[in-house]
Amino acid sequence: MSTIPADLKYASTHEWVRNEGDGTFTVGISEHAQDLLGDMVFVELPDVGDKVDAGDDVAVAESVKAASDIYAPMTGEVVAINEDLEDAPETVNNDPYGDGWLFRIKADDASEFENLLDAEGYQAVVDED
Amino acid sequence: MGSKTPLYDAHVKAGAKMVDFHGWDMPLNYGSQIEEHHAVRRDVGVFDVSHMTIVDAQGEQAQAFLRYLLANDVAKLKTEGKAQYTSMLNEKGGVIDDLIVYHFNENSYRLVVNSATREKDLSWINSVAEKFTVTISERDDLAMVAVQGPNAAEKLQQVLTAEQFAEIDGMKPFVGRQVGDLFIATTGYTGEKGYEIIVPADAIVGFWDALLDAGVAPCGLGARDTLRLEAGMNLYGQDMDETVTPLEANMGWSVAFEPADRDFIGRQALEQKKAEGHDKLVGLVMEEKGVLRHGQKVIVEGGEGLITSGSFSPTLGFSVAMARVPATVGETAEVEMRKKLVTVKVVKPSFVRNGQSVL
Repeated sequence: MSTIPADLKYASTHEWVRNEGDGTFTVGISEHAQDLLGDMVFVELPDVGDKVDAGDDVAVAESVKAASDIYAPMTGEVVAINEDLEDAPETVNNDPYGDGWLFRIKADDASEFENLLDAEGYQAVVDED
Repeated sequence: MGSKTPLYDAHVKAGAKMVDFHGWDMPLNYGSQIEEHHAVRRDVGVFDVSHMTIVDAQGEQAQAFLRYLLANDVAKLKTEGKAQYTSMLNEKGGVIDDLIVYHFNENSYRLVVNSATREKDLSWINSVAEKFTVTISERDDLAMVAVQGPNAAEKLQQVLTAEQFAEIDGMKPFVGRQVGDLFIATTGYTGEKGYEIIVPADAIVGFWDALLDAGVAPCGLGARDTLRLEAGMNLYGQDMDETVTPLEANMGWSVAFEPADRDFIGRQALEQKKAEGHDKLVGLVMEEKGVLRHGQKVIVEGGEGLITSGSFSPTLGFSVAMARVPATVGETAEVEMRKKLVTVKVVKPSFVRNGQSVL
């Protein structure tokens, strides 16, 4: 059983989003997504300063099994990326909701956050997989 | 639900992620396939390979039958228990399956063939056997595990009795020996030292538990695939199949054209292919970020080909692949991956042996 923390929001494409309360939003992939992908071997992240639109493919999680696109859940500017993943991509497997975060977006419109799935809504997505 | 090996419950108990593998419920990994991969390269791991098909061929024409059925020549096997890598071909020289044959004596052999091809293998073997005085028996009363890694002997010693271990201590590579109820062979699919051990199905759970208690890491199909790829070993259905001859699959060494008067199924087609020229299977190495994958297009001097197997190599820390390409291939190739062309090195299809890079 994979965990789905209730304090996060989710995209149907398996990204999680945490509201940092300062207009920025941290993005990662869910426990369920990392489990489907298997051991991570490379994570390609966007560059800090990139402008991204919600739904753009902005990162790639490459596992032993497959390369999987990661989509920006919100529109805005990338203000931070998790550089530790360069040397330790397995962190995404081991701690997907913590040290395995991918990037942080300064949102153009913070209200987009409210349109994302809550834990229950995301559970329904997982159940359909 | 698929077929289950006698170790199914043991896998679930060990936390395996079970997946369908050609109709069998098999462990993909027990947590991390990369950790399992490293366990085999650095220490020792155990794989359940009970889904593979064990077939005994016995009778006064057993040797004549296998010399006709198989592309390698079993007459080269002189000592009891000696093993040989070989293949069964169709009349066009295409590979029906690759397999290992063990020689007990000229009237008694054992074949270990793939699970995915079980039905067609058995029907082919039985149809060819009709013309010979030979009895074919599938041994579904037997299960099998592979214990692989530099510390395999040390761990096996802890699990066997002293008398049993003495029987196989120092046994040369590619030899099998019956030791009581166990058939222990120094073969494998990882590029490490180790054993493949055939055990009566009703005793396999106890044997597996003893190995795990001795500290042997359970390893799944995921690690098995990256280990065999690093070792440059083919996977049937991916690196070759019935439309591909051994010559195009880096298996030419396992075809015995001598003696010239030995007829075997597919011989004529292979001789023709050899005269005409053919594609070859090469290794690819990509040291930059990214992972080479099965099915990607490869552009080489004189034409293009395809990646047959590709993955991240946990031992090397970058991606390697096997690809079938025109024989005109030079020292580099370009692979079409994720919207761009990437230049990769062309090498012999063998990347890691005994824990070390051979690049």
